[in-house]
Amino acid sequence: MTSASLNHYLVVSGILLVIGVFGLFLNRKNVIIMLMAIELILLAVNLNLVAFSAVLNDLSGQVLAMLVLTVAAAEAAIGLAIVLVYFRNRGSIQVEDVNLMKG
Amino acid sequence: MIVEFFFWLFAAVLLVSSALVVTSKNPVHSVLFLILAFFNAAALFLIAGAEFLAMILVVVYVGAVAVLFLFVVMMLDIDFEELRGGFQRYAGIGAAVGTGLLIELALVLGGWKLAPNAEALRFSPTPANVSNTDALGRILYTDYIFLFQAAGLVLLVAMIGAIVLTLRDRRTSRHQVIRTQTGRTVAETLEIMSIPLGAGTSASGGFLRPKQPEPEPEPVEETHGHH
Repeated sequence: MTSASLNHYLVVSGILLVIGVFGLFLNRKNVIIMLMAIELILLAVNLNLVAFSAVLNDLSGQVLAMLVLTVAAAEAAIGLAIVLVYFRNRGSIQVEDVNLMKG
Repeated sequence: MIVEFFFWLFAAVLLVSSALVVTSKNPVHSVLFLILAFFNAAALFLIAGAEFLAMILVVVYVGAVAVLFLFVVMMLDIDFEELRGGFQRYAGIGAAVGTGLLIELALVLGGWKLAPNAEALRFSPTPANVSNTDALGRILYTDYIFLFQAAGLVLLVAMIGAIVLTLRDRRTSRHQVIRTQTGRTVAETLEIMSIPLGAGTSASGGFLRPKQPEPEPEPVEETHGHH
């Protein structure tokens, strides 16, 4: 892979990251879509790592991308568990209401 | 040339579907667009030569994470009409932050260059004539074994955390109370009865009723801060 196509990868992952951040702001009420936006941001990070790994011929970027993948999966599992507990307690997932730390 | 074409095809589908993830009205559609985005990202990984990561992305993200999202979206009885509001209220600030971030990223992209000694600074250069999966396996279990173990620990903690958070004690389930089991004595379990010769057990219905076991003590209430 040449550094010209590396720039293409960087453009795509940059736009993906901005879409993810925009989604975080847009869906302030729906915490599930906020979690999906975080997944998109982590996907952009992975795309960056893989692109640099390919252009530099260095495999450590791909190992790091695997770690990011693991953390993203763990984060999704914990986040959805918290959403589930919150829904059981309150009957809604309005994250704007989450301002009191009572169980 | 053909690689360029496919790169832009997959990148366009990736970006459009990820935009639809965050703007879609129906969360089920959002999850399905998320799956499409993951597939296209896997294709981009394949173009970059990271075959193993592409397959892992399909298996882990599409097979596990997206299905988990779908499961939660469909299991919770959420009034999504109610959650739709606020799009206009937050679109402005979101667009402002997004534009600022995009400008910053564009500035970074316009000005960056590889370090002159980047070749020498590589941690683990890609070996020649070895497949991607093979090469990753060779370094993952040797040079990066602690990273690998840490990733496993992260998954373990996430699994235990998710179980502890969502497990609820149902009143109908019967638990084993080891304290009462080991505390039983012969005297409260067995009773030696002396039956007169020829009298039989017909008075008690033809058999000897066992001693009535005392009721189980109520197990200690364990609250996890929610019911």
